[in-house]
Amino acid sequence: MIIRPSGGLFDLKLKELWAYRDLLYLLVRRDIITVYKQTLLGAFWFIIPPILNTVIYFILFGVIAKVSTDGTNPILFYLSGLIAWGYFADCISRTATTFRSNASIFGKVYFPRLIVPLSSVVSALIKFGVQLILLIGALVFFLLRGEEVAPQYGYIWLLPVLLLMMMFTGLAFGIIISSLTTKYRDLSNMVPFAVQLLMYATPVIYPASVIPEKFQWILQINPLTPLIESMRFIFLGSDGISWPMLAYSFVFTVVTMFIGLVLFNRTERDFMDTV
Amino acid sequence: MSVVVHADHVSKIFRLGDVGSHTLTEDMRAAWYKIMGKENPYLKLASENDRTSGNTAGSDFVWALKDINFEVNRGEIVGLVGRNGAGKSTLLKILSRTTTPSQGEIKIRGKVASLLEVGTGFHPDLTGRENIFLNGAILGMRKSEISAKFNDIVEFAGVQRYIDTPVKRYSSGMYVRLAFAVAAHLEPDILIIDEVLAVGDAEFQNKCLGKMKDVSDQGRTVLFVSHNMGAVADLCSRAILLKQGMILQDGDTNDVIRTYVQQNMQVKLNDSSALKDPTVRRGGGQVRFEEIKMLNSQGKEVNEFLPGDKVQIELSVRIMSPVKELFSSIALRSGRTRDLVTSTRRNTIDVSSLKEGDLVHLKYEFPRLTLRPGVYETYYWLGNHSADTAFDVVDNLLPPLVVQMPPDTNDLFLAGYFDEPFTFEQYSR
Repeated sequence: MIIRPSGGLFDLKLKELWAYRDLLYLLVRRDIITVYKQTLLGAFWFIIPPILNTVIYFILFGVIAKVSTDGTNPILFYLSGLIAWGYFADCISRTATTFRSNASIFGKVYFPRLIVPLSSVVSALIKFGVQLILLIGALVFFLLRGEEVAPQYGYIWLLPVLLLMMMFTGLAFGIIISSLTTKYRDLSNMVPFAVQLLMYATPVIYPASVIPEKFQWILQINPLTPLIESMRFIFLGSDGISWPMLAYSFVFTVVTMFIGLVLFNRTERDFMDTV
Repeated sequence: MSVVVHADHVSKIFRLGDVGSHTLTEDMRAAWYKIMGKENPYLKLASENDRTSGNTAGSDFVWALKDINFEVNRGEIVGLVGRNGAGKSTLLKILSRTTTPSQGEIKIRGKVASLLEVGTGFHPDLTGRENIFLNGAILGMRKSEISAKFNDIVEFAGVQRYIDTPVKRYSSGMYVRLAFAVAAHLEPDILIIDEVLAVGDAEFQNKCLGKMKDVSDQGRTVLFVSHNMGAVADLCSRAILLKQGMILQDGDTNDVIRTYVQQNMQVKLNDSSALKDPTVRRGGGQVRFEEIKMLNSQGKEVNEFLPGDKVQIELSVRIMSPVKELFSSIALRSGRTRDLVTSTRRNTIDVSSLKEGDLVHLKYEFPRLTLRPGVYETYYWLGNHSADTAFDVVDNLLPPLVVQMPPDTNDLFLAGYFDEPFTFEQYSR
């Protein structure tokens, strides 16, 4: 092994990552264990925020502003959108400070740094899973009441694919931000605001159909639009799946992930000197 | 012998001061030079790393390491010595890949593990068992490897009863023992250690030193950083002395320690530069040591003695501001445990007639040294009666007391610290 001032630009060290796969597993395990320890209600705390947010959006958008949900039950519409978006936002916010919040460990031991953000997005799945149970419960409740929702059972296989795409898009954004903010922290102050803004530019709490023609292009270029819409299609049968759009999202994920990896690897080499 | 570490013109540059808008313009300039295919212009500006010179007129860049070349063979235990800021830790950080050199390269053959600090990644809420696995994986072990060594680790740490208790309930000693136990059971080809021997009780420290010796007996290589000349002399056959980021000497441990000691002797107590470094000099400053001399029976200033010699230590102390009471104490220390010889803190100095600016002369005398051959660090203290306030502490800043092997000695087994008189006989009842 040779230690040099700088390695190759495209030396992504994926092989080394594989050698440390046990660490990934153990970090995820740590996250699971520490969430439940010393709380009485444990995972219950995961489902409070989406419920409250759904109520707030229902009152603001549904009752006061009277924004249409294309005939879908508004509670289910908001809940499904917020839970899906919540996972993506979690992936960004948990990984955007990777270098700074792990500086003390990174400064002492070498291991492939990418393991840490990777474990963050995998452990975020736990929260998503708990919220998914809430959504399914709500779905069953409204189905039994004879509400007009039509879960697309034939497309359930697509759900993990969509989740993986969200995971890697979020991870890519997160590691790009964390790489750019080791030295100059200005950008990290923008992250919560930018995530919020991005949510409003994605059909999360409104259907794409309520957006005027001249602004439709924003939803069209937003790679998250097809992910949220497809997910909602699977759960509620509203919106729809556009395969070309999904393909666009897929390409976007791969490209940003590649850019993220290159930046991340360049940063991990000597960020300790400037963090 | 096969070379396992080969450092080739390794340099590391650091930027002083804050990161701000001025650093952005420098970065842009450096990036521009890179695009143009030229060398980073700031590498030329950097000055030597001499923190104490107070030279602020130079550039904002310093060489933490400059043009370091060395080779380490398989199975060697090499000590890295030097004063604070000499570049020891930076070199270890580069070797353990937590940072990169600015210039040059290091070739390494084999797996490296570094114990820059034990217990990295320990989570207080996890149990001892869970932390062993997590910490082991962070240090680069596979899960199956950890499982195989799990019982050894627990036994080495001596925490069998607490293994399923969260580590936040551990005593600090147990915590450190467990952390070290995990690290000690790594099987790297090259082990990098930075002052971990400062933890735990004497028994545990001996266990750790034994483990280090085992590691090298198995043909592994150890790089060991310490301020503790005793431990370096004990463990290492070869040492490298760093000064201001450069290698001053590389060779036999005893020669290197001698040079290091001579270098340190040049530190003058009343020299303001020594006072600026709070890591070596502590205390309120109401009373300060002005001169500390170690003398032999002829009154000559030396620091090397033979067993049985008379040792005199003369202290000159300046009253900087009035104090109600003044006590002095000295200690000789070994790396393995802490204080070996202390004068206790009850050496009263009469301050009734003293005023600001007065110089007081004190003398300690050890009529006959019973210490075995070795290197003993020195510790000088001035403070109040209850010892809760220190006025001045000179902790391992001055040369250690060295007890040499008597030239005519045939007794090769001189382990231990003291020549306690004893008799021995064979008898029948």
